[in-house]
Amino acid sequence: MTATVQRGTPRRPSALRLGAHRATIEIKSFFRERDAVVFTFAMPAVILALLGTIFDGVYPGSDVTSAQYLAPSMIAAGVASTTFVNLGTGIAVDRDDGTLRRLRGVPMPPSAYFIGKILMALVVTVGETVVLLGIAVAAFDLSLPTDPGRWLTFGWVFLLGATACALTGIAASGLANSARSAGAVMNLPYLVLAFISGVFYTPVGQLPEPLRTVGSLFPLKWMAQGFRSVFLPDSILTQEVVPSWEHGRIALVLAAWCVGGMVLCLTTFRWRSRRSR
Amino acid sequence: MVALLGPNGAGKTTTIEILEGHRRRDAGEVSVLGHDPGRADLDWRARIGIVTQDGGDLGELTVREAVTHFARYFPRPRDPEQVVELVGLTEKATARVRTLSGGQRRRLDVALGIVGRPHLLFLDEPTTGFDPQARRRFWTLIRQLAGTGGSTILLSTHYLQEAEALADRVAVIVGGRIVADATPEALVGQAAARAVVRWADGRQETDDPAALVAALTSRYGGTVPELTVSRPSLEDVYLDLIAEVS
Repeated sequence: MTATVQRGTPRRPSALRLGAHRATIEIKSFFRERDAVVFTFAMPAVILALLGTIFDGVYPGSDVTSAQYLAPSMIAAGVASTTFVNLGTGIAVDRDDGTLRRLRGVPMPPSAYFIGKILMALVVTVGETVVLLGIAVAAFDLSLPTDPGRWLTFGWVFLLGATACALTGIAASGLANSARSAGAVMNLPYLVLAFISGVFYTPVGQLPEPLRTVGSLFPLKWMAQGFRSVFLPDSILTQEVVPSWEHGRIALVLAAWCVGGMVLCLTTFRWRSRRSR
Repeated sequence: MVALLGPNGAGKTTTIEILEGHRRRDAGEVSVLGHDPGRADLDWRARIGIVTQDGGDLGELTVREAVTHFARYFPRPRDPEQVVELVGLTEKATARVRTLSGGQRRRLDVALGIVGRPHLLFLDEPTTGFDPQARRRFWTLIRQLAGTGGSTILLSTHYLQEAEALADRVAVIVGGRIVADATPEALVGQAAARAVVRWADGRQETDDPAALVAALTSRYGGTVPELTVSRPSLEDVYLDLIAEVS
């Protein structure tokens, strides 16, 4: 084959541009599916409202209520839900309903598909976070920090955490054999992690040691800890596993999951479902 | 337009998937538009169009949004509005894809297959599950495409009539092998060449039924009892071909 380009032959659009176009239709499709929108947003919001109402009391040595302690952790769980669960099931559905098959038939660089998915997940995640913060501020008197340094922390924890969970979700999408089983397949690890990362069970310092150790291998625990460091006063540190926010370690673990998730995606991603092979 | 005709399970879809580069071949050589589809790049892909068998995707988009979106992948796409019109979905342009009927949905699949101005278009069993009227309407669309496009169309089907009505060349595939490859006329001619002559106590296939009837008439010294002369239809030829192999 000779690598000649005919004069005036229009070039194929770049992966980035196609990724942006894909993001547009992914977001359109997502928000048009009413029930999916409602339940995606409602799930962490309802859990926050319920648990926040059930647990009461103030942690000793601080003026932080149980609900306020729960709120930042629930934001982390919300991020995991709208990235890991949402992408994992969404891609399993795409594999089942012919979306991936159709896309493999057009001149689209595979990266454009992932760019579209991740941008869509980010938009949904930002929305989810705003909803959860709104509930926490309105119902549980969580005060938003005024220190820009804390918002900076929020920014990097959010980005690293969302990316790590999104990549892991894409990789995990292959675990489900069909769109029908995807919801169940993706929700089990999510719920287990939410418990052993000290999200549903508070404070994290009270978790049994073995569970805590397992939980600390995964990104959710560290993302939740990062968000607590943003929204809670340092007087609550006695309730943590170690009396420090460990920002360095949070960054390290989340970054490691980003890299690991990327490697998993590249090695395990399947365009076709196992059944149709 | 070339038709790949064969019964269910003959290997039509497998063949098409290999040609599309969606399935790995076990052995042999394949060349599509001068490239091996198993290793083809996106520039090659930009020159082919695929109409898939049963997609359930794109449900929440409108017809216009879907066609416009898929036009973006190609370097030299057709005008999406014209494509929507060509496949007869103008009235449905703002309808959500999930509200389309089966036939309309397949028209959209065709629209997405041709929007990139392909040199080669794959149509894998496009009318399976259609009622006869919808099938005829779909044929009209495909004929129109063949007339306007300047692209080669490879159609797979298990309907003999469909191959006969649309294709310039028909390849009959059974058990993964091509058992006949000819124009529909030649297949019909092959059918017409043999006639079956039946009478009260005999049956014979012959190329020259008139001579046989004459011979029989003199043997019976008059009217041959229960004489029939029939020519096998194209369908008989096709069924014979299939039966021979399996």
